[in-house]
Amino acid sequence: MTATKKAHPYGGKMTFWERTYLPEVFRGMGITIKHVIHNLLHTSEMPTVQYPEEHRSYSPRFRGRHRLMQRDDGSPRCVACMMCSTACPADCIHIVAGEHPDPAIEKFPETFDIDLLRCVYCGLCEEACPCDAIRMDTGIYEIAGTTREEFFVSKEFLLNNKSDGTEV
Amino acid sequence: MELVVSSLLKIAFLLTVILGLVPVLIWAERKGSAFIQDRTGPNRASVLGIRLGGLVHPIADVMKLLFKEDFRPENAHRFLYALAPFLVFFIALLTYAVIPFGDFIRIGGVEYQLVVADLNVGILYVLAIASLGTYGVVMGGWASNNKYAFLGAVRSTSQMISYEISMGLSIIGLMLIFSSLRLTDIVAGQGGAIWNWGFAMQPLGAILFIVAVFAETNRNPFDLPEGESELVSGYHLEYSSMKFALFFMAEYTNMVIGAALITTLFFGGWNIPWLTRSVIEGHAGTILPVHLVIQAVVMGLISLLFFRRAARERDKFGDARDREPGFMGVVTALMALGAAGSFALKPWAIGVDAASIYATLLQVGAFVGKVVFFCWVFIWVRWTLPRFRYDQLMGLGWKVMLPLALANVVLTAIWLAIV
Ligand code: SF4
Ligand code: SF4
Repeated sequence: MTATKKAHPYGGKMTFWERTYLPEVFRGMGITIKHVIHNLLHTSEMPTVQYPEEHRSYSPRFRGRHRLMQRDDGSPRCVACMMCSTACPADCIHIVAGEHPDPAIEKFPETFDIDLLRCVYCGLCEEACPCDAIRMDTGIYEIAGTTREEFFVSKEFLLNNKSDGTEV
Repeated sequence: MELVVSSLLKIAFLLTVILGLVPVLIWAERKGSAFIQDRTGPNRASVLGIRLGGLVHPIADVMKLLFKEDFRPENAHRFLYALAPFLVFFIALLTYAVIPFGDFIRIGGVEYQLVVADLNVGILYVLAIASLGTYGVVMGGWASNNKYAFLGAVRSTSQMISYEISMGLSIIGLMLIFSSLRLTDIVAGQGGAIWNWGFAMQPLGAILFIVAVFAETNRNPFDLPEGESELVSGYHLEYSSMKFALFFMAEYTNMVIGAALITTLFFGGWNIPWLTRSVIEGHAGTILPVHLVIQAVVMGLISLLFFRRAARERDKFGDARDREPGFMGVVTALMALGAAGSFALKPWAIGVDAASIYATLLQVGAFVGKVVFFCWVFIWVRWTLPRFRYDQLMGLGWKVMLPLALANVVLTAIWLAIV
């Protein structure tokens, strides 16, 4: 730094009235009281979402709890290729593959568990899947439980997650 | 005997007002900060669905604090650690003894002064007691054996000492003008027109005093002893349960004292501008009915607003909270009816004794109203301004406030000598 004159960090020197603080204090108080009065008169315009009663609407791309897609006969579309569990950075997808009776399909998941407590909702599993078998479009983000086991969701659970957020 | 009873009654009244104000102030702090920041603030706790806009929350808070573990750090000083919060709260309450909240009340021909102790050194008493509060803070900070708490306590001491000086000097001008240290004299001297109030005669003194009071009560922008960002929460960091609650209540009690002192010294105390006691007593036959009509109309309008909301939001929540607007409507409507119904008692033909009591009530109301307003100013400023840096705080206290306070004393003295 070769500057000869020390510059004020926010540009320029404070004027005399700014250095007495008081006019600026009153100006600030004017701004805040404007907010108070506006909010008192327009309580319904408050941006706060009254959560348990109201819900924020999220975009359709929001990544919620996973679901497994079904074939027409109701069996999982997943072919147990392990792409998702390989892609998963949290290592939370646990698949045990079994042989499918239909030789065209080859494999199917005997178990397909996701540990939601480890999941970081990154969506990589969804992107990795070659047959669009796993999706995160349920929109469910209220995931709560009283034991750790409740977050270890099984194939049956995931197959029945509905995309509109309701559960069957 | 009579003195004891009347003093006890006055103390009971003051304690009710102050301790009643504390939860209201905590509520105002939370709700006010919410509204300043475009949030809704507390609105959940309810008793049978009645939420009073969040006023029920302090009750829930107290319940929570009562049932919390009363934790003491291992190496804390047992006795001092326990003593500190009590000392802070006790000292916070002591100051009220000399603050007049009305001039007198005449009952059965006897006049009772509305101040617990009418000391002739009133102001000095206030200053002396207020600075004792630091001891509790230092004790708490030192006894908890935590460096953040200790730093908070040290900051609090240095800040109090620095601002005590300008605080004391800023009211010397006022003492010169009223030539008395007795708070009742000072308030009585501010009667009549609004330009008799202290702030009109001592504008510089008033500003200095208000700033110093902000610093003395450790409120933002001078809340460095708490300084969450650098000291976690300062001197009460290790306290939990009701001991913490005592510190918390002491902060708000101090705020009420600060507001009461500002009101008493610079904003006329219990005086209502132009409406002096003789004016009120002389025209009670007109003032009282007008007052009642205004109250009935205002309360009626408020109750109409509540009923409109009750009709609109009948199934907003689908639980007990839907009953709230209707309930509030009924309560405010009853208040309006009460004001209107008291016309049956012929308020225009009010007796002399009753008129005197009415005047007293108006004055006490004016005092409480002003105190509440200044408490709101404390809250308002807190949520408007950022915190000072420590060197700025000291610089302001010693290099700006002290010379200005001295100049104010000299100028007032010269002015009084000339006039
Ligand atoms: S969202 Fe990410 S972390 Fe969660 S299961 Fe899929 S890949 Fe793993
Ligand atoms: S990537 Fe798709 S198909 Fe492969 S195991 Fe995962 S969910 Fe099944």
